[in-house]
Parts: sequence; structure tokens; C-alpha cells
Amino acid sequence: MNYGAMNYSDTSFAQSTTAPFLSLEAVRKTYPGVVALDGFSMEVRPGEVIGLVGENGAGKSTLMKILGGVTRPDSGTVTVDGVAHVGLTVEASIGSGIAFVHQELNLFENLDVAANIFFGREPLKAGPLRLVDRARLREMVAPLLKRVGANFSADAPVATLSLAQQQMVEIAKALSIKARLVILDEPTSSLPIAETEKLLDVIKGLRAEGISVIFISHRLHEVERVADRVVVLRDGMLAGTLPKSEINHDQMVKLMIGRMLKEREKAAEAGRAPGGVALSVNAVRTSAYPDHPVDLDVRRGEILGLAGLVGSGRTELARVLFGIDERLGGSVALDRKALNVGSAADAVANGIFLVPEDRKLTGILLDLSIAQNISLPNLPAHAKRLLVSASAELATAEKQKKDLGIKAPSVLTRTGTLSGGNQQKVVLAKWLAMNPKVMILDEPTRGIDIGAKAEIYGLMRALADAGVAVLMISSDMEEVIGVSDRIAVMHEGQISGILDRDDFSQENVLLLAVGKSPKLAHAVGGAQ
Amino acid sequence: MSKKDLGLLILILVVGAVVTAINPRFLLPINLANTSNLIGLFGILSIGQAFVIITGGIELSVGSLVALLGTLFIDFIAVREMDWPLAFVLIIVLGAVIGYVHGWLITRLKLQPFVVTLCGLLIYRGVARFYTADGTAGFAFGQNFPTLEFITAGRSYGVPNSFIALIVIAIVMWVVLHRSVFGRYLYAIGKNEEAAKYSGIRTGRVVIAAYVICGVLTALSAIYFAMYTRSISPASHGQFYELYAIAAAVLGGFSLRGGEGSLIGVILGTVLLQELQNLVNLLGIPSSLNFAVMGGVILIGVLVDQQWGVFRARRRMMEATRRNVAGAPAE
Repeated sequence: MNYGAMNYSDTSFAQSTTAPFLSLEAVRKTYPGVVALDGFSMEVRPGEVIGLVGENGAGKSTLMKILGGVTRPDSGTVTVDGVAHVGLTVEASIGSGIAFVHQELNLFENLDVAANIFFGREPLKAGPLRLVDRARLREMVAPLLKRVGANFSADAPVATLSLAQQQMVEIAKALSIKARLVILDEPTSSLPIAETEKLLDVIKGLRAEGISVIFISHRLHEVERVADRVVVLRDGMLAGTLPKSEINHDQMVKLMIGRMLKEREKAAEAGRAPGGVALSVNAVRTSAYPDHPVDLDVRRGEILGLAGLVGSGRTELARVLFGIDERLGGSVALDRKALNVGSAADAVANGIFLVPEDRKLTGILLDLSIAQNISLPNLPAHAKRLLVSASAELATAEKQKKDLGIKAPSVLTRTGTLSGGNQQKVVLAKWLAMNPKVMILDEPTRGIDIGAKAEIYGLMRALADAGVAVLMISSDMEEVIGVSDRIAVMHEGQISGILDRDDFSQENVLLLAVGKSPKLAHAVGGAQ
Repeated sequence: MSKKDLGLLILILVVGAVVTAINPRFLLPINLANTSNLIGLFGILSIGQAFVIITGGIELSVGSLVALLGTLFIDFIAVREMDWPLAFVLIIVLGAVIGYVHGWLITRLKLQPFVVTLCGLLIYRGVARFYTADGTAGFAFGQNFPTLEFITAGRSYGVPNSFIALIVIAIVMWVVLHRSVFGRYLYAIGKNEEAAKYSGIRTGRVVIAAYVICGVLTALSAIYFAMYTRSISPASHGQFYELYAIAAAVLGGFSLRGGEGSLIGVILGTVLLQELQNLVNLLGIPSSLNFAVMGGVILIGVLVDQQWGVFRARRRMMEATRRNVAGAPAE
């Protein structure tokens, strides 16, 4: 195989005459209480990029577990490279060249790139000490990094790499075991636009080498761009397959949920006249770019989208505004009054709430019940003489559960058992139960299925309509353009421009994100 | 009372019954009174430790503190002839201040609880020995403090007052831990400190408060221990007491990762530990095996608890499968 030049031709290796590398036939898998897969069949040909889409709970993860050899199907066959298995084992899966790149990366952040790629398979020097042959290791790693188009070196510590770069390490790891099918599970969900481009290029490179790819994503426009064929799962069954010519957003959504969706358009159409400035950020500097001040106004009643590349300082800005990080300079005003937020508790007391990026780590407490999570930020209000009143707590939780449509057996259910979308609703519920003035949402729909996404957009719009200033950080281009009233774009720690609705376009957002000038509809006045 | 606590209570009763069967002296009033006195002393200490453990922290200096504060207390009233209520308050305040300093170092300077309190363990022991010039702190012949002695070492209706003190403290602390806003914060921080912070809780203050509570209860038990032994050699007094307290909490269902455990649990844990001590004495087991017996029982207890959890999870799965199979034709 030629390790050198990557040929990004769009002509795929896939031909109907080639024998499939992988084929599943009538695979069925049940868990207590649910049928996860119900007679599902599909095939993947060499060098074919399959887009696998479906809502959360449609059976994608069960399918992945079967392909990884972690679970056995109840019935049906899995044929890999001409060999039929009743149930794959982990060894058989790895042995036949199936590699996974998971949404949550499995890298050792404290080790360097080379050590991660060949972890447990290090080339050893001769002798009883079995020392790692570092020179040989580097030789082995170099071509792999070249194949994924890496712009970092083999001895860089993984902790210093961006998310996209870490994904490249995972893909290089897959290549190192001579993978013939690479399964990417939600690889772009945490990537910003430019890095997503790189990843899509890598996928095309894999295809050009004849390696098959299963690309699982909720970001349908990316699936649209890269997939040769789309397989749609719904309720454990094959809802449909779309050939290249028929792949488009609406078709996929229709197959995924069995109906057309209008909520997003509804969220976008509002765009009513916003009120005065609620939150005013003046020359604030954050730890990400201590020399670059940020100026930004968020008005009452608007959804201000905050776009930009990962590492452009958006999350750090949110953390400063919410009092988690220290403000390095500048000032913040709420309703024209100077505000000194020294801790999250101060922010909460002033009605500035954050729905953080990492739901499971910082958004909710997985071990607590829905009710306990919702009352936590406002516990004294649910207490009499400092003793928690269970009835007050339950009343608040029941109301929020109903208002937000949180799907759970009861408000006493542990939040850890809920789906991502419902967990996110719990995060929102705890703030909605109080009186938000400014709501900051950091990647509010990451890893959430389409139905729940639409509901969360609806909630954001309702908040804005009620006069709340909403600041939404998002790396999902469709979302930023579809949901925002205005878009502010960050580049290297500064606001590089603000777009009004007339100037919304992927191109403009991208141009600003890399620090160039957008193409505006009206005569230019620069950033307002 | 949770199932875990109930299991522990049954274990205590079974062990008690077995010991009684072999040596009926177990149930003699004098033996029960002595044991419950020790339960009172160690129980107060263990509750303090439990408040720290629930936040995911640990307090290793309590044994040394019992020595230092006990030495100071006896010195204050016996040598410096301070009024005992004043000395009592001073010692409690000193315990609170030390707890505050520990909490401050841990939350503000981000030092690890293990390291901070390990240094405390060494420092307070050293200071106590230095203070008495490695001698013994005790009362002069004929010196007595009737009220103080009644409160700390006396009995009411045959029940040691130290045990009664434990009951009162336990009830108050049960309300604090299981019913109050502060208690909920403690559990939330123990489960996930970051998420608690993102919910607007001033986590630093809450954690410091936990160490202050531990310091106060440790100081209180230090006074009780001092009045129980009436003379203190700082080189050995209170040695390993931090481990008794941690052991009681672990036996009582506390997780050292934080966020788990109940007040009844830590009390029952203390009771079981003292019962085991008593067992070693009554059954003629060489007292040198004392620690080995305790360690063995804790290990078995933790193992049984974990296996029980695994067993229950498996049974739940199987029941769900059965329901599913039964309901399958309906699909």
C-alpha cells in the first residue's frame, strides 16, 4: 500500500460487484424490556463510506457492540470478510480488521502520541529487560501520522493536542492494526468547523485506500458530504437506505423519525425586535488569550449565537461570565450595573446561568435524582429553617418535568439513567425553575438526538421571548445559523465580527472564524 | 434505616449473642456500661470523621489531636488552674480553628486532604510531646472537678454520660446530615464537586465547614478521653484513633470516594468495633491479636457488602428478563 500521497478522489472503490467486507443478516438483539435490534440487515463494501444515522435509542450502540464483539446477537449472522459468525468475539472483531474511534476518546493523555498508538504492542529491544525500542517506534508511527495528515509530531504529549488531533491519533491507531473497516462514532460532535473539515478529509483518504468507513453522526450535513450511502436505523429496524444521489437532510430526517420536522424553522422564524442590552462584556480577558480583550453585548429577548473554532476562547469566556474562572481584566455589566462575579454562586445570585459543555461532569449530578438536581441551585428556597422540604422540592420538580417534557418514570429517578436529551432538560429545568436574566448555553445539543434537539431549541426561543438574554455557544453550523438572531464569531480570543440575520451564511461564519472579513449584503460598516 | 444499616445491626446482635453464649459476662451491667462508655467516646470522634469522609476527604490528624487537645485541657485545669468551663470552651475553639486551617489549606490552596492531615498527625503529636517534655499530663493528688467529672465520666441511671452525649450529638448531626440544606450540599459535593460548583454552591465554604465540624467533635472527644484516662502520655495517647474513626465510617457504609454513608451507619460501625474489642477480651483471645481481628472483620464486612450488591444487581437483571420473556407474545 502506498503510505505516501493521499489521493482525495471522490470516486469510491465501492462497486456493486465487489464482495462486501461486512454483512449483517437479520440480526436481532433483545435486552430486558427492549428489543434493541429487530431483524436488522446491512452490508458494507470495501472502500465504502456508510453514513449511519438514527435517533438515540434507535439501536446504533447495540449494533456497535455487536460489531466490536462485546455482545452477541440473539439471532442472525454477521459475516466479515467472507467468514460467517453467529456472534463475533472481541478477538475476531479485531483480528478481522474492525477498528473503532469512539465519541469519548480512549487515549492516555499523559503519554505521547507514539506511545498511545502502539500501546501494549510496543516494539521491544532484545534482551531480558524488554525495553521499548523508541527509535523503531518512531519509524513505525511516522507513516501512520502521514496517512492521517497529522500536523503534530509523534512525541507530542496527547494532552497538548486538540480534540481533532486526538481523533487523528485514534484513527492512526486504527490504521496501525491494519484496519479494513473504521467505525467512527460521533467523531465530529465536539469538533469545530475547520477541524471537522480535516476529519472529513481523513475519511476520504481512508476511502481512497480501500478502507471501509461507518460514520455515525447526528450532524446530517456532514453525513451528506462524506457518505456514499446512508443507512437509517429506527426502533431497531432498518428504516431505509439512501444511495448517494438521494442523500439529503430532509430525506434522512424523514426516515429517522418517520415524519418531517418543523421545530427548527419555527425557532428561527421568530426574530422579533430584541430589547435593550442585558449583559455587557467590556474588554474582558480570559486565560485562553490573556492579551486579547472581548467586547460583546447580549440583548434581552435575543438568542446570540457564539461561533468560532474550538480553542477560540468561547468556553473560557462562558466560564469567566459564570464565575468559574477568574476574570483577567475588563468589566461586566448586567442591566447597565457593573457586576463583580467572583464565583458561580455570585453569578447564580444575579440570574446568570450556565448550561455547561460537559453535561455529565459539570451539568448534573448523575447519582442524584431529578428532583434533587433541580432544587440544588435554589435549595434554601425549598427549605424551612434550613431543613429541606421534600414536598416543596417535589412540587418544583413535577412542574418542570411536565413543562419540559422530561421523560422519566418519576422525579425521583436517578438522572444517570436518563438519555442525553432528558439529562440536558434537567440541566435546563434547574435554571428555568429560578428566574434567568442571562442564559449561557455551551454546546447545548451535543450528543442529543434530533427530537430532543428541536425541543431544546423551542425552550431557548421561549426563554428569549420571555425577555431572557440567551447566549448560545455552538460549533454546529446548522444550529448556529438556524437558531440565532445574531451571530458573534470568535477568533483567537476576540470577537472578529457580528452577523445580522441578512448576512447569515456558512461562508461568512467560517471567514470570521479564521479571522477574515465576511461578505456582507449591505455596504460594510465592519463589526458593529 | 437503610437495608445496609439493618444488616449491620443484625450482625451486631448476632455477634453479641454468640459472645454471650460463650461468656455470659458480656451482658453484665458493668461490662455493658464500660463498652457503651467507649462507644460514646469513639462515636463522637467517628461522627466528625464521617463529615469529612462524606466530602471525599479524610482527616488523619484526629488521633494526634486527641493527644494534644487532651494534654492542653488537663494542663489548663490541673496546672494552670483555669476555670474548667473556660478551658472547655478554649479547647473546642482550638479544635474549630485547627479544622478551619485544614479546610482552608485543602480548598483554597488546593492541597490534598491526605497530605494536609498527615502533616497534622505528625505536627500535633510532636507538639504534644514537646509541651509535656515527653512527660505525662495528669491531675495532682486530691484534685477534683465534680461537675466536669459527672458530665464526662459519670453515669445517669447506670448509663454512662458519655454515651448519652453521643446520642444527643448523633440526633443533632443526623438532622444536619440527612435533613438540612448543608447536609444536601455535603452529599452533592461528595458525589461531584465540580457539578456542585456549577450549580452555584460555594463548595469551598461547605468543605471547610465539614473540617470545622470534625475539629469541634474531635476536641469534644479529646476532653472526654482526657477525663476518662485522667492522665495522658502524649507519646501514645490517642494513637491510631484516626484509624478507628475511619474504620467505623467504612464499616458503616461510607465510601472513601465521598457522597455515600449515613449517620446511623457510622454509629453502628463504632458499636461493632467496640464489641469486637470486648470480644477479644472476653473470649480470652490474646490481646496482641486485637488489630488483626478488627481488620479481618472489616475486610469480611466490606466483601460481603460488595458481593451482596453484585448479587442484587444480577437478580434484578434476571427478574427483568423473566418479565420480558413473559410479556414477549404481546409484541
